[in-house]
Amino acid sequence: MAEADTAKATRFETVIGLECHVELSTATKMFCGCLNAFGAPPNTNVCPVCLGHPGTLPVPNEKAIEYTIKIGLALGCRIAPHSIFHRKNYFYPDMPKNFQISQYDLPLCVGGHLDIEVDGETHRVGITRVHLEEDTGKTVHGGATGRIGGAEYALEDYNRAGVPLVEVVSEPDMRSAEQARAYLTELRATLESLGVSDVRMEEGSLRCDANVSLRRPGSEELGTKIEIKNLNSIRSLYRALNFEEERQQVALERGEPLIQETRHWDEGKGITTHGRSKEYAFDYRYFPEPDLAPLEPDPQWIETLRAELPELPAARRRRFQDELGLSAHQAGLVASSAEWARFFEATVSAGADPRAAANWMTGDLAALLRETHQSLTAAKVTPEHLAELVKLLDEQVISSAGAKVALAEAFATGASVDAVVEAKGLRQVGDSEALGGMIEQVIEENPAPVEQFRKGKEGVLGFLVGQVMKKSGGAANPKVAAELLRERLSGSG
Amino acid sequence: MPVEIDVQHVARLARLALTEEEQERFRRQLGLILEHAENVREVAAVDVPPTSHPIPRSNVLRPDDPAPSLSHEEAMASAPEEESDRFKVPRVVEQE
Ligand SMILES: [Zn+2]
Repeated sequence: MAEADTAKATRFETVIGLECHVELSTATKMFCGCLNAFGAPPNTNVCPVCLGHPGTLPVPNEKAIEYTIKIGLALGCRIAPHSIFHRKNYFYPDMPKNFQISQYDLPLCVGGHLDIEVDGETHRVGITRVHLEEDTGKTVHGGATGRIGGAEYALEDYNRAGVPLVEVVSEPDMRSAEQARAYLTELRATLESLGVSDVRMEEGSLRCDANVSLRRPGSEELGTKIEIKNLNSIRSLYRALNFEEERQQVALERGEPLIQETRHWDEGKGITTHGRSKEYAFDYRYFPEPDLAPLEPDPQWIETLRAELPELPAARRRRFQDELGLSAHQAGLVASSAEWARFFEATVSAGADPRAAANWMTGDLAALLRETHQSLTAAKVTPEHLAELVKLLDEQVISSAGAKVALAEAFATGASVDAVVEAKGLRQVGDSEALGGMIEQVIEENPAPVEQFRKGKEGVLGFLVGQVMKKSGGAANPKVAAELLRERLSGSG
Repeated sequence: MPVEIDVQHVARLARLALTEEEQERFRRQLGLILEHAENVREVAAVDVPPTSHPIPRSNVLRPDDPAPSLSHEEAMASAPEEESDRFKVPRVVEQE
């Protein structure tokens, strides 16, 4: 592995481009008034238009056009003064019409960029185009094996057919799996900030295909391009690219030719497998969709939309550093999603120290969310909880150990931090009278360490303080406990 | 000027099985259509933009307002077969 890594660095360069599909969070579908909703019973959000019944006519959703233009503007694209829809023809039953309405040579947005940061360095990734199309239905393969190849029939749910879908195509500007991961993370955060999509990769509202090839450094020519499909998390993308980089590296070193093909990522096995060779590539016979008029967005409309653009993640990170004093690392974590940024800013507004708030969010709170598989928005804990916690800790009313307990309890129950502190007795015991009894007990129960301390072994004090903390259930003020212990043991005893 | 067309390729894309007699007939007919397009291309000056839509309209849009969908029963009435509330159709055929 280490040998391969060295060879990789010196002999080949990885070239990656990403094609990301984004389901827009409009109320209705792209070309009809059916609800655009995830998780409805099969074939309940369907109508003659999205089922492709003869004689029906599609009419584009204005909001979807608006959202697409906003995505284009956020990515620095030029909004085409004239663009049209095309029919993409194919024989897959996931579209009841036997074609998908998409955009081809005249997309809505062209030529933008997205800046990413990897290891403290900014890298610009070009955006080739942003176009609008309709999503397909969902297929369940039935019969013999359940796999596509062996399936005897397909079961189709057309609820998703016709949902507005934006495709963001990047230039082949990424040179590592880390850069690709940063790009997808940044794109996701940008889309989330724009409020144009749920960007839930696990529900398929953000999906990603990767094109990856290797070439000799300095070479302008691209190597054999492999397309990886079925990447439904940022982690999958990262793992699949690492695997594919290694696979191609080994093949090239052995002098084995690579074929242009589509490969599927197998999340369970952690490998890519052969899908379809490019020589069998579909001929989609694109032609202009005669039922839809061209899009010619009024420049004034575009400027109105530009004025509506919210603060984007890159700007937010800078502001959190410049105005709130976060480190680049902290700002990157907290500003990485609109949801987190909102929570963080509300916590600061409620009076919390920004750096302390960021630390608690990215530490304990993030861990609690991970453990319970919850999103921040759905969690019971609020910015007010966190602000209160930071304040009580700052005022030394609670210890950091007590704060951890209080946060976990507030997270689980939604109770106020004050109430939790009282109910669980987390208020730090700092007066010598209350602590005195416990200190006597600890001295009595630990004669050997006490003896060592008296003989000058300073380090043992920490252990004794720990015993007092334990006895108090985390409520003792460790600083006061240490002072009292020292006082008590340096006396005659 | 006659224009050649690969009828077999077009037939394969459309999943049509044509007899040799049919292939020959469609080759002639499609050739005539392409020849006509070729004639148009010859007279079209560079300042004439390609036309995708004959009627000069643009931005025909609708507001993002929900409209009633079909009932599930109505929707499934056009299904050749049904299973688990879904349209049951022949298995996916990859292009040869
Ligand atoms: Zn519909």
